[in-house]
Amino acid sequence: MLMHLPVLVVLAPLLGAPVVALMRGSTWPWVLSTLLSWFSLLCAVLLLVQVQSQGLVIYTMGGWEAPWGIEYRIDFANALLLVLITGLASVVLPYARLSVEQEVGTERAPMFYAALLLLTLGLCGITATGDAFNIFVFLEISSLATYTLIAMGRDRRALTASFSYLIMGTIGATFYLIGIGFLYVMTGTLNLADLAGRLPAINESSTVRTAFAFIVTGICLKLALFPLHLWLPNAYTYSPSAVTALLGATATKVAVYVLVRFVFTVFGIDFSFGMEPLAEVLIPLAVIGLLSASTVSITQPNIKRMLAYSSVAQIGYIVLGIAMGTAMGLTAALLHVFNHGLIKGALFMVLGAVMYRMGGTSLSDMQGLAKTMPLTFWAFVIGGLSLIGVPLTVGFVSKWHLILAAIELGWWPIVIAILVGSMLAVVYVGRVIEAGFFGEAKDPTRREAPAGLLIPVWILIFANIYFGIDTRLTVDIAEAAAAQLMAGGIVR
Amino acid sequence: MTANIALILALLIPLFGAVLIGLTGRWPNLRETVTMVTAVSLFAAVIRVLMGLYAGEDIGVEVVAVMSGVGIAFNTEPLSIIFAMVASGLWVVTSVYAFGYMRGTKEVNQTRFYVCFAIALFGAIGIAFSANLLTLFIFYEVLTLSTYPLVIHKGDAKAKAGGRTYLGILLTTSIVFLLPAVVWVYAVAGTLDFMPGGILQGNLSAVPATLLLLLFLFGVGKAAVMPVHKWLPAAMVAPTPVSALLHAVAVVKAGVFTLIKVMIYIFGSDFLAEVPYESIAVYLAGFTVVAASCVALRQTNIKRMLAYSTIGQLGYIVMATMALAPFSEIGAAIHIVAHAFGKITLFFTAGAIYVASKKTELAQLNGIGWRMPLTMTAFTIGALSMIGVPPTAGFVSKWFIMSGAFSVENYFVIVVLVLSTALNAGYFMPVIYNAFFKAEDVKPDKDHGEAPASMVAALCVTASLTLLFFFFNGPVLDLETQIFGGAP
Repeated sequence: MLMHLPVLVVLAPLLGAPVVALMRGSTWPWVLSTLLSWFSLLCAVLLLVQVQSQGLVIYTMGGWEAPWGIEYRIDFANALLLVLITGLASVVLPYARLSVEQEVGTERAPMFYAALLLLTLGLCGITATGDAFNIFVFLEISSLATYTLIAMGRDRRALTASFSYLIMGTIGATFYLIGIGFLYVMTGTLNLADLAGRLPAINESSTVRTAFAFIVTGICLKLALFPLHLWLPNAYTYSPSAVTALLGATATKVAVYVLVRFVFTVFGIDFSFGMEPLAEVLIPLAVIGLLSASTVSITQPNIKRMLAYSSVAQIGYIVLGIAMGTAMGLTAALLHVFNHGLIKGALFMVLGAVMYRMGGTSLSDMQGLAKTMPLTFWAFVIGGLSLIGVPLTVGFVSKWHLILAAIELGWWPIVIAILVGSMLAVVYVGRVIEAGFFGEAKDPTRREAPAGLLIPVWILIFANIYFGIDTRLTVDIAEAAAAQLMAGGIVR
Repeated sequence: MTANIALILALLIPLFGAVLIGLTGRWPNLRETVTMVTAVSLFAAVIRVLMGLYAGEDIGVEVVAVMSGVGIAFNTEPLSIIFAMVASGLWVVTSVYAFGYMRGTKEVNQTRFYVCFAIALFGAIGIAFSANLLTLFIFYEVLTLSTYPLVIHKGDAKAKAGGRTYLGILLTTSIVFLLPAVVWVYAVAGTLDFMPGGILQGNLSAVPATLLLLLFLFGVGKAAVMPVHKWLPAAMVAPTPVSALLHAVAVVKAGVFTLIKVMIYIFGSDFLAEVPYESIAVYLAGFTVVAASCVALRQTNIKRMLAYSTIGQLGYIVMATMALAPFSEIGAAIHIVAHAFGKITLFFTAGAIYVASKKTELAQLNGIGWRMPLTMTAFTIGALSMIGVPPTAGFVSKWFIMSGAFSVENYFVIVVLVLSTALNAGYFMPVIYNAFFKAEDVKPDKDHGEAPASMVAALCVTASLTLLFFFFNGPVLDLETQIFGGAP
């Protein structure tokens, strides 16, 4: 079984989704999808262990050798992502039961869980596969699932949010498809490793350069890089809480992974940074994005929306790390992909608990929370400190590496931008904490959120602290992944 | 028990104490007993570490390796043991004082108060025993965050505004200046360990070193070098025991302690001497001393005046450290102790006056010396120490700073010292005069005498320490000369 791990991660939710969709009620679909997500997590962790011992795991689909068949090719970068996706799914699904019953309703619950499994499957598929067209297929699976899930939000504005994401997401996916179409015309292959081998010989051609532009732009739309982020705030705000938690923690991160894969592995660092002005384009956008989105966060009355803008800002940090084009910068970016997944997953889940008890997530709902829902509130405080980047949390670890990478290059203005971004985070997190401490509770009789919501939340909060202190695992893997990617990622 | 175990215990005791205090919150007497036991056992553990240091034991613990070359690790050396002794020793006295104060003023949320206090001590001890800059930075932030609930204790609009300034300045400076400074050191030196002689020599050229120096100087906001001093007066909205132990001893001394550590063990005095414009730091600190004293002259509130006085006294320490003369560095380290004894006494008296008579303004103190003779005598001793008059602790440190300045012929330092002595006298003497020699303006509604016994006992202890330190400063001096060399 161990040799089938790369495909099992994807297969479990794929086979489970139709079964779940056919079930009735909300309990059994929930039980089955939770178990499946745990199984996927187990596979992902075992896979990571395999990668740590072998460096690269290759799985040929149906025994067809690449480049004719589709191969799954797992190195440190996607093994880390797989653990993040399945890990978050394994925490969000147990959490989903109560919040789904309230926000989505029992009737639509089976469909909801099926869509959630399809989303997980799509994200895992994008990450695991070593085939450019296969990435597009999984991208569409995950996107379609996402459109459905967003539309299940209670607020009617969820429908327009879903629709605008549909339009934007489709444009992004189409750009990507056009890009790989060009590459196929030029090389006759869709296998990523094969592409990487063939491209250097023809990278002077304008078709390849156009393909690069289409692919990067398309992915940047999916990962919500400023100014292509406009779909994100609404999509996050009006989705059901459990969906926001999973999307916020993983969806844009997977797009980041695809960007990294194409920039470093397929096109290669010499082409991306040497022949194309990738750094010159991405760095200003990342910096403007992280500063403007953080500033906008400060004034948001709805905390879910505030965190959505904060996500746009965090994407800025990650893209900044990628755009540095150094091993250190890439390490910082991959670290933050993982760490920010933990942070935002936890925070959006906390908001789900607030939603469950207070019926909303505006600042006025957060008032006096320290008294009425102390455990929920303290989870928000710790998650918020992690978002700011206070020591002993994962946020600090990523910030540390990002600053280190910028100092290594001598990019002092970038250092200042990163720090100013952190200060803005202090302000927007601080005002929520202050409201929680000092505000008068709207209804002092509201009780603490149920354990079914709190336990998953606190598992993630604990992870935020654990990986903030014991960084060996995350930093080592991120460093190994960066080293592989910098070497072109072609390990035969 | 080896000194190593004592070192670990010194870190764990306040942390577990905080948990126990939280659990026993429902029973005030038990809670306060737990606080007391925690404080005393922490002090005992620190003494055991001190004995280990004297005996030449090898003391050092690495908890976890965070990144290559850096981890969370602890060790001790003379300077750190002095800071730990002062913080933990005065916590015992402050606890006694706090019981009287918190009950006397019928404060709410007392459990939160004692819990945060214990966590703050955990932060201070962690800073003291840090073996590298990363560990120190982590505990620096622990100290900032744990004292925030104490500053906003009252929960009213004024407390909130004060808390915002407090957290805003301390967090901003630490994130925007201190963090990049730490990362920068790591980037150029590959390590963050505190090493005798520093780790930067040969790794950094002179001009960036000046920038790094300034990043540290303003990044360590707790040292309150102007213009990042505003948090300290803002913190005065906290209950007086907090102002006394944290904002006259633990927090502010953590700031200057960090600076001295960085200057000696990261830069190294030899390298520091090569840094051009290093004297900027001396001028900035000297300006802080004089300016803070001038502002103190104009204050009408007792605690705010003391806060500005603290800013000035911290300026002494920074200035003396940066003057780069062995004697003045010894003076700087001694002043950490001397100022702690004097200033905690002054805050204790301010709190005692408030509990006994609800008075907070300087103008209300006429004739109070006859109602509260012990308190005002202690106030006088503390004030004399601030001015630097023998036989008080303040004289000893000033003597060393002064002789250091003469040895390197730094007349700026000498002028600042003379000027600030005059200014200190200018704002403390009238208070003492009015308290003893002027008649009461209006008879208070309630006839009052001294504050509750536990408070008076505490302030008598610290006042005596201020006097005794003048005569028995040998042990501290021995420790200092171990770091800086040269017999006094």
